[in-house]
Amino acid sequence: MESVQKKGYIIHKLEAAGPAVPRPEKKQVEPFIQDEEALARRTKRVISFGRLTVALLIVLCWELFTRIGWMDAYYWSSPVRILTTTWTQITQGTLLEDIAYTSSSTILGFVGGTLIGSLLGLSFWWSRKFAGISEPFLILLNAMPKLALAPVLVILLGIGFFSKVALAFAMTVVVAALSAHSGVQSVDKDMEKLMYSLGAKRHQVFTKVVIPWAMPWMISSLRINIALSLAGAIVGEFIASSHGIGRMVIYAGTILDINLVWVGVVVLSVLSMVMYMGVVLLEKWLSKGYGMKKA
Amino acid sequence: MKTKIEIAGVSKWFRRDGQEIIAMQETNLSIEEGRFVSIIGPSGCGKSTLFNIIAGLMPPSTGRVLADGEDIIGKTGHVGYMLQKDMLLPWRTILDNIILGMEIRGVPRKEAVARAQPLMDRYGLKGFGGHYPAELSGGMRQRAALLRTLLYDRDIILLDEPFGALDAQTRLTMQNWLLEIWEDFRKTVLFVTHDIDEAIYLSDDIYVFSGRPGRIISKISVDMPRPRHMEDTVSASFMELKAHLLDLLSGKPSAHIS
Ligand SMILES: Nc1ncnc2c1ncn2[C@@H]1O[C@H](COP(=O)(O)OP(=O)(O)O)[C@@H](O)[C@H]1O
Ligand SMILES: [Mg+2]
Repeated sequence: MESVQKKGYIIHKLEAAGPAVPRPEKKQVEPFIQDEEALARRTKRVISFGRLTVALLIVLCWELFTRIGWMDAYYWSSPVRILTTTWTQITQGTLLEDIAYTSSSTILGFVGGTLIGSLLGLSFWWSRKFAGISEPFLILLNAMPKLALAPVLVILLGIGFFSKVALAFAMTVVVAALSAHSGVQSVDKDMEKLMYSLGAKRHQVFTKVVIPWAMPWMISSLRINIALSLAGAIVGEFIASSHGIGRMVIYAGTILDINLVWVGVVVLSVLSMVMYMGVVLLEKWLSKGYGMKKA
Repeated sequence: MKTKIEIAGVSKWFRRDGQEIIAMQETNLSIEEGRFVSIIGPSGCGKSTLFNIIAGLMPPSTGRVLADGEDIIGKTGHVGYMLQKDMLLPWRTILDNIILGMEIRGVPRKEAVARAQPLMDRYGLKGFGGHYPAELSGGMRQRAALLRTLLYDRDIILLDEPFGALDAQTRLTMQNWLLEIWEDFRKTVLFVTHDIDEAIYLSDDIYVFSGRPGRIISKISVDMPRPRHMEDTVSASFMELKAHLLDLLSGKPSAHIS
């Protein structure tokens, strides 16, 4: 076909393709198939293996160095001694009860603080005036080192269980409130508009849009809060207590039983890790209902 | 024909930084039942403001807004409203998004699903009900958003640049899809766009707004026969009208005479 000249434009002729070149004889080679999944699986295996190796190495070196005297066994204890001390504490002491005591005050404070804080943060959606008045006080509370309040709380609420819960609560409530508040502030105004145009009442906008919208913000505060809550409970036990891992550590320190201090540290680390994993599971469960992995 | 929406002397003023700004000058519109009416105008001329007023989301500074002879100033729930952003809730499936309006009205879920399902099957969302919005293309999401508006079941539907964020190809498909729905349901449609071709291709009537602050400078009826086809968009009368609208929008004085 020749190029055609129209009024105002030209339709060009395309070059015809050359004579067909015969394809080279196909050799029977296995084609290379890129398999990202297999690659990811292998990487994951290597990572797990590496982690395990590093952990074993640390424990082994610790044990070895304290035995040959490169590390002073009096201060550093050693994995084997820590294990034996733990065992005697479980069988002859009150270690299990202490663990139960500390974890229950931590969890109660965490749940209470997160729930009440989140509700407070969400309530700011209902009134901009209320939110505006409250905000500076919330920021002030957040800046205040709440652990410094521990002696007051213990004097106020006694040396029992309740003062530990209160301290864990105080550590978490403000963070939860601030997170929920950020979530509420991020709600798309057009989304609210659309809801009203569909005839929604305010409480319907709140339950159908505001709460789920703020959910990721509230969830993101959980991981920080579980650690804060544990810190609050332990400091409460440091101040004055007759139970708990925190009390055990302080007691061991005063009688210079460093092995026992190490037992406390290890137990608290494990406890903290278990609770962290619990929170991760909780996060997964909460997120599931909100299709957030998709968005 | 029966007048569906009557807008008389409606204007809107805002105050910002202590300055009074006029978003829309006094506007009169009278929309007849069952018509497809487009509003075109440069951005910032107050088209969305007008829609917010009709939807009852903000009161006008002056004037009256009547739907079926009833005053609807500040009253939501008389019209279906759809924005350029699809505004689907990301944590709800497409089906649950589509029945949102019915859910708010308290229609039992079973009944709502029974009404939504045939529409989804018929209008291109078959099999997508269980997906989340993030898994769908922009065009599909706009379909879902429009079906949600449709199932809210008002006689009047406001569409504010619904296809503005779509690519040209998808936009064409969506225009034909919208026409198909409109032929089936015969709702009164108010359609904002700043795409002249789109306005001509879809509309019975076109209102042209001037630049900021907006006021109506022309009303044009398009009497090209329906159903319309893609070839119509290159017909001589289409081109002529397009040139006329371009003149109007660019403010050429000659255009106002005709
Ligand atoms: N809440 C508001 N406060 C102050 N000015 C506003 C507000 N809403 C809209 N405007 C102004 O009104 C004018 C019209 O806006 P809009 O209706 O969104 O225009 P369009 O939809 O035609 O692009 C713009 O100049 C905009 O800045
Ligand atoms: Mg607009």
